[in-house]
Amino acid sequence: MSYPQRTNPLLQVDWVVILIYIALLTFGWFSICGATHEIGDTDFFSMATRSGKQLLWIGLAFGMGTFLLMLDERYFDITAKVLYWVMMVVLLITPFLAKDIKGSRSWISFGSFNLQPAEFAKCATALAIAKLIGTYGFDMTKFRCLAKAIGLILLPMVLIVLQKETGSALVYFAFFLMLYREGMPGSFLFTAVAAVLYFVISIQHAGIQFPSTLTPVGEFVVLLLTWIFTTGMLRVYLPQTDHARRFLLWGSGIVLGAWLASRFIVPFDVAWVLVGMCLLMVAYLFWHYLDTRVMRYLYIALFALGSMMFIYSADYALNRVLQPHQQSRVKVLLGVEEDVAGVGYNVNQSKIAIGSGGFTGKGFMNGTQTKLKYVPEQDTDFIFCTVGEEEGFVGGSVVLLLFMALILRLIYLAERQSTVFGRVYGYCILSILLFHLIINIGMVMGVMPVIGIPLPFFSYGGSSLWGFTLQLFIFLRIDVGSQNRLTSR
Amino acid sequence: MSGKFNFSNRKYVVGAVAVIVTVVYIVRLFSLQILSDEYKKNADSNAFRKEIQYPSRGLILDRKGQLMVFNEPSYNIMVVMQEQLGVDTADFCRTIGITEEEYVQKMKEIKARRNYSRYTPQLFLGQIPAEEFSVFREKLFRFKGFSIEKRSTRRYASALAAHILGDVGEVSEHDIEEDDYYQSGDYIGKLGVERSYEKQLRGEKGVRIMLRDVRGRTQGHYKDGKYDKDAKPGKNLTLSIDMELQALAERLLQGKLGAIVAIEPSTGEILCMASGPTYDPNSLIGRDRGKYHKILKNDKKSPMLNRAVMGTYPPGSTFKITQALIGLQEGIITPQTTFPCSRGFNYKGLHVGCHGHSSPIALVPAIATSCNSYFCWNLYRMFGATEKYGSVQGGMTRWKDHLVRMGYGYKLGVDLPGEARGMIPNAEFYDKHIGHAWNGLTVVSISIGQGEVTATPLQIANLAATVANRGHYFIPHIVRSVQDGQIDTIYRRPHYTMVDQKWYQYAVDGMRAAVTSGTCRGANLPGLDVCGKTGTAQNRGHDHSAFMGFAPMNNPRIAVAVYIENGGFGATFGVPIGALIMEKYLNGELSPASEAKAASMQARTISYPYYE
Repeated sequence: MSYPQRTNPLLQVDWVVILIYIALLTFGWFSICGATHEIGDTDFFSMATRSGKQLLWIGLAFGMGTFLLMLDERYFDITAKVLYWVMMVVLLITPFLAKDIKGSRSWISFGSFNLQPAEFAKCATALAIAKLIGTYGFDMTKFRCLAKAIGLILLPMVLIVLQKETGSALVYFAFFLMLYREGMPGSFLFTAVAAVLYFVISIQHAGIQFPSTLTPVGEFVVLLLTWIFTTGMLRVYLPQTDHARRFLLWGSGIVLGAWLASRFIVPFDVAWVLVGMCLLMVAYLFWHYLDTRVMRYLYIALFALGSMMFIYSADYALNRVLQPHQQSRVKVLLGVEEDVAGVGYNVNQSKIAIGSGGFTGKGFMNGTQTKLKYVPEQDTDFIFCTVGEEEGFVGGSVVLLLFMALILRLIYLAERQSTVFGRVYGYCILSILLFHLIINIGMVMGVMPVIGIPLPFFSYGGSSLWGFTLQLFIFLRIDVGSQNRLTSR
Repeated sequence: MSGKFNFSNRKYVVGAVAVIVTVVYIVRLFSLQILSDEYKKNADSNAFRKEIQYPSRGLILDRKGQLMVFNEPSYNIMVVMQEQLGVDTADFCRTIGITEEEYVQKMKEIKARRNYSRYTPQLFLGQIPAEEFSVFREKLFRFKGFSIEKRSTRRYASALAAHILGDVGEVSEHDIEEDDYYQSGDYIGKLGVERSYEKQLRGEKGVRIMLRDVRGRTQGHYKDGKYDKDAKPGKNLTLSIDMELQALAERLLQGKLGAIVAIEPSTGEILCMASGPTYDPNSLIGRDRGKYHKILKNDKKSPMLNRAVMGTYPPGSTFKITQALIGLQEGIITPQTTFPCSRGFNYKGLHVGCHGHSSPIALVPAIATSCNSYFCWNLYRMFGATEKYGSVQGGMTRWKDHLVRMGYGYKLGVDLPGEARGMIPNAEFYDKHIGHAWNGLTVVSISIGQGEVTATPLQIANLAATVANRGHYFIPHIVRSVQDGQIDTIYRRPHYTMVDQKWYQYAVDGMRAAVTSGTCRGANLPGLDVCGKTGTAQNRGHDHSAFMGFAPMNNPRIAVAVYIENGGFGATFGVPIGALIMEKYLNGELSPASEAKAASMQARTISYPYYE
């Protein structure tokens, strides 16, 4: 038995990740120069400019990265729980210490510079959840275990929503991707995707009626989807039975019959027929569950019932639960509202800026759209605009590919971990990165709602940069430790 | 590991998500940047420009509908930095009447603004009245990059009510951070109702979405104005202030520091609120706002301070009414209880002086003559009633609760910014500052409105209104109605004290006796049944003169408080000023004799050596 050799972790660290990291930071810094630059003003290093400040944040981030690599990787495992709870307390008290900045209380001021604790809570949550799942005896298929894991995710979400930073809270949904990798039933992900689909469709098509009926298209389509999904689930999960075929046959008959009646006899709200049909399905499945005690019947019945309830509560959720500015963002994205002057203005300007970039872009610091300050938040949440305008399709693609490479490399590293702790942590951070990438770049290109979260390593600001650096370098350090153990065995 | 629990293949699903998203986004990028010409054209030839349409600010009227504040057209000079090169600055400065140093300074300030852009118009100089503007307009073509923007300026119909009306000024960085509505260069209410009713007064900005080309030239409305929005003018406010009464109050305060507040007891509406010294609100508009603002700020007598709601003073003997009511309610005294007064309160070596009157004395005459001894005994007994309250602290807590419910110790909630809360000490306060060895004797001076107790003139007026209503008050407020809307419900709900209505009759009798035969005889107006109470508050300099009262005794229509810093006895300034205010409001005018009294009161000035 030999002890692991204490070699310098700096030499064993995964240099692929480091190189991508440096490439992204460099690209990001030049974009900030481009976004904040005024013509005739070339001093990028002055601390009075945002580019100068960002350079300082980057320098400090390097320092922090190096420091993290020098630590013993066991610290992260040992302190995970404490860090998590300390962070939760910080999140809890933040709204009381923070001043109100545009409706949200999430920034704590230290003199002239501000920190957003929510950015660091992601890292603490990732560590805590990795620790939990890495504990001996943890089993994702057991309800208690899964509930614990989900509880760890929901707590910071709730606390961040209390700071009125709904955007940052949504990021925690990324952890479900990790849970999926660790064995959470795939039907959970399917349910989540179905929920999003229902929501979008029912809101988007609430205003128009399905031809020859008095039913709104959204409601009609979603009820139809409920029927199709339920039938599909029966086919997948209970393939040996005949229920799926029966549902398909009877369902088609009923829907067609109802539509024909509305078309040729008297127009009426077909939704009632569909609701009745779905309720019959639920009753049928429930009866089968009581008869056979096969749990899958119950699950599918609950899915169908939940779908129906969801349809009728989505509208309520949109109009009551979300803040007015979030409502309008969702509505603009779904095309319910066209609002060129308000939220739509931002997205429209951002699309114009990107679109004007063409194949190779206008060149560094030559972007006119961002220069004229048409694009709001151009150096923070909308930074990808500047990339698109100044570096064009080539630059934009390179950035996207760099992110993809980073995520794929992180998957590779996560999979080679010798501990569950390391693997779960790796998946946590790569899921977060992926989520930010999907939402931020999607929003700038007008395919996702405008949710104010930064583009990792690009957006101006110390909190975000340090938060991601922290997450990344802790993983790199864990990875070095894992490699050491493997080679010394 | 068994196959069932190994989910390792799911790594491919996660990886696939990353790859698919990247590919989809690259395709989207491709369609935006290469396939579609629309966005490119938009950026090359046209871009939106949001032109803000500014609403006119709501007008302010007094309770009789007389105009107090209105708008006058004025102009802002805007500059686009990128285009202003090569302007003859000497000529420019001469035309608009500033020095070249000011010009350089202005340019520096503009560049330091948070959302500064050299391509969009920036506010160079604001609120230039129309008459000064004509010369500049003629020469405008010479000053490349400069443009004009029509706005409006606030104007005040008279030099009165500066503290109530307040003023408007340019928004600060802080305002912009707090509220998305504002952009740099906007105006916002800074003081008075201009500030507390900012949301109602400001209206809603409209917007015109214009198309423009690369050089910034306007091409026309985007989609024929489909997305344009008209500005919504602000709501007009009707104040509860009676301008004639306000004018009299301000006249009487000339040459004195202090405040006068009058309230309509049945509604809580403030009929007049004057604070001395005051200033002309018209001096705080337009370009010279900054200059006058500085002068007023540096004045040691603090003319910008609204003493009626921001000044906290020892309430003196006006406070005895609260003590009488608390004593009655708590059963410490009955209306028949008498206490000895041998030219003051003498007990265990402590002496609180009083003036000559018969002894022993009962409650109503004690109020009428403002006997210190009576109220010292009352408080001493209450704090000593440890069998009832458990401890001195318990008695004190009960005492404090009563006062808080009467509107003391906390902000009343008047609809003006910056209200002070005054001070009603509680048991913890004395535990901390004296230690536990205190009792009713140690703190006995609070029973006569001295010591640690302080109140705003508004709180004193509110006490008079509460007695007038026999036990309840409406939160005093200055705005009577908002156009197309109602005032906040908090101003329409009565607040009851913890004292039964029946006890208030003794307070009323005492205050009436003070006018007919006691300290307030100067307020005995024929036919008006005035009730009143003087106050003479000791302080570091000459005593403060205070008065509170209401009239008529039955179905009162006005309650008033007067507080004159260093005015001496309550009867010297407080009583005559209070009487004049009540007479003016109830009779509509002053009798010739009262007019003469008002003139002499106006002419009397008090010197304030430590403010000079």
